[in-house]
Amino acid sequence: MSVMLSVTDLAVAFQTRRGQVDAVRGITFEVSKGEILGIVGESGSGKSVTSYALMRILDAGGTIKAGEATYSGIDLRRSTERDMRDIRGREISMIFQNPRAALNPIRKVGHQIEDVLRHHARATRYDAYAKAIAALEAVKINDAEARYNAYPFELSGGMCQRIVCAIALACDPRLLIADEPTTGLDITTQKAVMDLVRDLIRERGMSSILITHDLGLAAQYCDRILVMKDGMIVEQGDPVQIFSNPQHPYSRKLVDATPRAGESVRSLLPPEDRGTELVPDVSDTPLLEVRNLVKTYAGKSGPVHAVKDISFTINQGQCVGLVGESGCGKSTTSEILVRLMDATSGKIIFDGDDIANVPATGFAKDARRADIQMVFQDATDSLNPRHTSRQTIAEPLRRLGKMRGAKLTARIEELATLVGLPLSLLDRFPHQLSGGQKARVGIARAVALEPKFLILDEPTAALDVSIQAVVLNLLVDLRAKLGLSYLFVSHDLHVVRLLCDHVIVMKDGQIVEQGAAQDVMANPQSDYTKTLLAAAPKPPERRQIT
Amino acid sequence: MTEIPDTPAAKTQGNFDHILYVLRANPVTLIAFGMFAMLIFSAIFGPALVPYDPLATNAQNALQPPSWDHWFGTDNVGRDVFSRVIVATRLDLSISVAAVALSFVVGSILGCIAGYWGGWLDIILNRFLDTIMAFPLFVLAMGIVAALGNTIENIIYATAVINMPFYARLVRAEVNIRRDAGFARAAKLAGNSDVRVLAFHIFPNALPPMMVQVSLNLGWAILNAAGLSFIGLGVSPPTAEWGIMVAEGANFIVSGEWWLAVFPGLWLMLAVFTFNLLGDGLRDIVDPRKRT
Amino acid sequence: MWATSPRLRATVLRVAQSIPVVIGVVIISFLLTRALPGDPAVYFAGVAADTESIEQTRIAMGLDKPLLQQFFLYVGNLLQGDLGQSLSSGRSVAADLAKRLPASLELTLSALILAIVIAVPLGVLAATRPGTWVDHLCRVVVTAGVSLPTFFTGILLIYIFYYLLGIAPSPLGRLDFIYLDPDHVTGFYLIDAALMGDWETWVGAAKQLILPATTLALFTLAPIARMTRAAMLTALSSDFIRTARAAGLSSRTVLYRYAFRNALLPVVTTLGMVFSFALGANVLVEKVFAWPGIGSYAVEALVVSDYAAVQGFVLAMALLFVALNLVIDLLYTAIDPRIGFSSK
Repeated sequence: MSVMLSVTDLAVAFQTRRGQVDAVRGITFEVSKGEILGIVGESGSGKSVTSYALMRILDAGGTIKAGEATYSGIDLRRSTERDMRDIRGREISMIFQNPRAALNPIRKVGHQIEDVLRHHARATRYDAYAKAIAALEAVKINDAEARYNAYPFELSGGMCQRIVCAIALACDPRLLIADEPTTGLDITTQKAVMDLVRDLIRERGMSSILITHDLGLAAQYCDRILVMKDGMIVEQGDPVQIFSNPQHPYSRKLVDATPRAGESVRSLLPPEDRGTELVPDVSDTPLLEVRNLVKTYAGKSGPVHAVKDISFTINQGQCVGLVGESGCGKSTTSEILVRLMDATSGKIIFDGDDIANVPATGFAKDARRADIQMVFQDATDSLNPRHTSRQTIAEPLRRLGKMRGAKLTARIEELATLVGLPLSLLDRFPHQLSGGQKARVGIARAVALEPKFLILDEPTAALDVSIQAVVLNLLVDLRAKLGLSYLFVSHDLHVVRLLCDHVIVMKDGQIVEQGAAQDVMANPQSDYTKTLLAAAPKPPERRQIT
Repeated sequence: MTEIPDTPAAKTQGNFDHILYVLRANPVTLIAFGMFAMLIFSAIFGPALVPYDPLATNAQNALQPPSWDHWFGTDNVGRDVFSRVIVATRLDLSISVAAVALSFVVGSILGCIAGYWGGWLDIILNRFLDTIMAFPLFVLAMGIVAALGNTIENIIYATAVINMPFYARLVRAEVNIRRDAGFARAAKLAGNSDVRVLAFHIFPNALPPMMVQVSLNLGWAILNAAGLSFIGLGVSPPTAEWGIMVAEGANFIVSGEWWLAVFPGLWLMLAVFTFNLLGDGLRDIVDPRKRT
Repeated sequence: MWATSPRLRATVLRVAQSIPVVIGVVIISFLLTRALPGDPAVYFAGVAADTESIEQTRIAMGLDKPLLQQFFLYVGNLLQGDLGQSLSSGRSVAADLAKRLPASLELTLSALILAIVIAVPLGVLAATRPGTWVDHLCRVVVTAGVSLPTFFTGILLIYIFYYLLGIAPSPLGRLDFIYLDPDHVTGFYLIDAALMGDWETWVGAAKQLILPATTLALFTLAPIARMTRAAMLTALSSDFIRTARAAGLSSRTVLYRYAFRNALLPVVTTLGMVFSFALGANVLVEKVFAWPGIGSYAVEALVVSDYAAVQGFVLAMALLFVALNLVIDLLYTAIDPRIGFSSK
């Protein structure tokens, strides 16, 4: 196969206030005609910077320090800005994450497509409209003429990503770079977008580079994968080979950390970190019973039925997973259960008492406040920027535990050790901590008062996959050590399968299926569950290593 | 998003160290604080240290240009302009600090309530603020002082009233953004009542952006007070105040005696300029994210 | 555009929002008139009033009746356009204000146009060329601009350009006495003189206008430039600009069609606030330059305790401002297609 893009020893550096930062340190790879190449890495690996450098759209302060990049004979590094503008959109196109933000909010999407067509002289004033409609139809948008006149805020995330693709493909480029195109999208939308991109690429005989942090996703859609870490390529190969026989320790770590069917939580970690798996004590006594929970609130265009009569039970020591896509009502449900919001009707029987009777505004003073706690999704948002870790963890201990002085300090340090947070980090502010460290602070705060029931609202969604592995294991160990019960809310089916005994699937405010995790995952009854399972990326089988 | 490497514990800064760091990092902030210190010094010790009595007239010595005896010259009744300018610092600063403090407190309380609980309280507050802001600021101040009487207290109240909507709106917006933030919910889970969450968790986070507003307002308040005096409201002669000195001096500028108006005006500009520069520095001191 | 239901609804809502504000403004004005120390009737009766006419005024104003009734009398008078009588001129306040309004509007509008023409390009350039001299100039302009006392800059300008350099005319109003006022069509001398074809008068009027307009413009430059720069910076660092660049669009297209139009929205919102400052600063500039507008009218009235005139001025300014803000908000609704919709 002929080579479309050839990169040799590429190095990119940024001038920052703290001196020069090397984002990419000499990488070499090729993309052949018709090939889909995946670049996989965690945050800080330099994968996005590479693509920005190739397109020469680096932020101010970033320069290509060394190396060569050739596209079809054109020297990308030394071309003039004018030539690059010609190449961008016409030869090499790029799509980004967060599709709605990627579109001009006050310009009709059809006009945005026309702008690109006319700039590259692919359309004149007279036929631009027709060609824009054709571009919309090419990305399988029905009713293209109506969509032409829409503004981005009127369209769903998936639809916006299709528009972004339409813009990128309007001028028939030969190479498409997709930078995390599905981050933030629901699983089913993610599958639809990835399938569309792959079909379009194959149809037109294009090449593509897919940049992602999700090794499983890359394995499913790419012909070849590069694994990057700290600005360097640590391994290249085809997906099956990387999954069954990773050569480099880092790729091995990534492969381990990617949740798959049939594995245990411990297997997410590298072998040397595993330790003994603790077995939680699951009993048959119900701890929390939800009966006929309903939540309706007034929206701008009529009442919104967020939760429509759901019932389920969580036993002591159990870990129950709550799965669904955005808008299904799982977040609303967890807010109600943790008593930050009132239900419209229904019972929540916790340890024998109906706590739905106590209004949310008064629950802070209730005796049971300490028994039900929550670990929040985005650790950045859930830590007070003005409080050190110590103050954050101290807050529940002071207010509800009434602890002070030496006793308080001792307990904080005990908790920090329990969650694996180095004591030296206790006096740092959130912006001085990494994602994993912030997650640990949030967990320490949640278990400070030894609650009985913990709601975990997508606690690892914003974390790199290797950190996620560590945090998930921590959560499993804590559950066993402290005898906690969990409600684990997530959109990631593989993670839920690893952690949970029991799973509940929600859609549009209702429970469509619930049962033992293994049963529901292996043998889904409802169509929706089947769709969800089909949409989740399926990484190749791993050869079991001892 | 880069991972912070596992460095050994950085020595975290205490409050005083952080203030010094901010001053050193930005020379503009340092200059601003220096000028501010000078102004405070003039305000507190000025009246005791000036060479001449600001009210002492000396008809023979009237309208003298700046000289070694009288650095800023003398005015039409022979008073030393320099002494009057320095002494006026105390009056102008007190007016603006009092007015801003009043509007800060009232505006913050109203903004917190509206931003946190929303609903009818929010709607009523918005209409109330709209009504105040419907009057061009200076005009409203004129109206209030004209109606209630020509005293310094009324200038302070008028200035406080016209500045209050800015704080209320700012606090309302900042509280609203953070009302459903993770840490606010976590604070409730820790057993804090709504009022405690608002007062101790949410509001302190609104302080950094407010610091900029506070310093800008101090500048505006001085300009307002001077402007009101310029048109005859507020202070009356022979009190030394920058605005009234410019007004009196304006009559003499067309005949070439520029020093009566120019020096008080320049000093006024200097004070306002100082407060504007101070804003960014204050925000950096109060914002924990600026600590390394 | 207007047929789209949510847009129309948002527009109607915005207009409806003005109503309680107008009511509030009227109430506050009323309270201000009644808050005067001493007997309000004395102030409103006129200078040459004797005990009898004061008594008549008191009855006419309804001061012997309960406060609520007085308020309705006041509103009734307002609706008939009666703002009271001016002590100094002897005419009705409403007539005085109407006569002097064009002078103020001409001054304020010229100043604002001048300010926008300078500040907006300055802000755009500063945002697109960060760190260069343009950026620093912009920052200096902004910081200095918000520190400048308007009355002082006016005086300084007179000193430099009239006294020292002799190129500006003497600051004595709209037109030097050697010229005749142009025939009244709009009340704006520049427009009226042009309509008559009288270019000598036009130049004369323009010469008088330059210094006061510049003074006022200097004051309003700062917030406009600051907001333009900030809005452009935000727009330029948005994701959709990255998409446009990645699609190869020329920097001119990216700048104007994509970044600038988006940046205009917050700038338009700021204009409302700037107009408020300008109307207030107007008063000071009119006093310094002896400009015969409503601002100097109010200041003169203050000096002679002509309170009917002052309160009439305050009310008129407020209503003018409410109307202006309404226009600006409606303009915003027309530009921003997102208004009226909740984002998904």
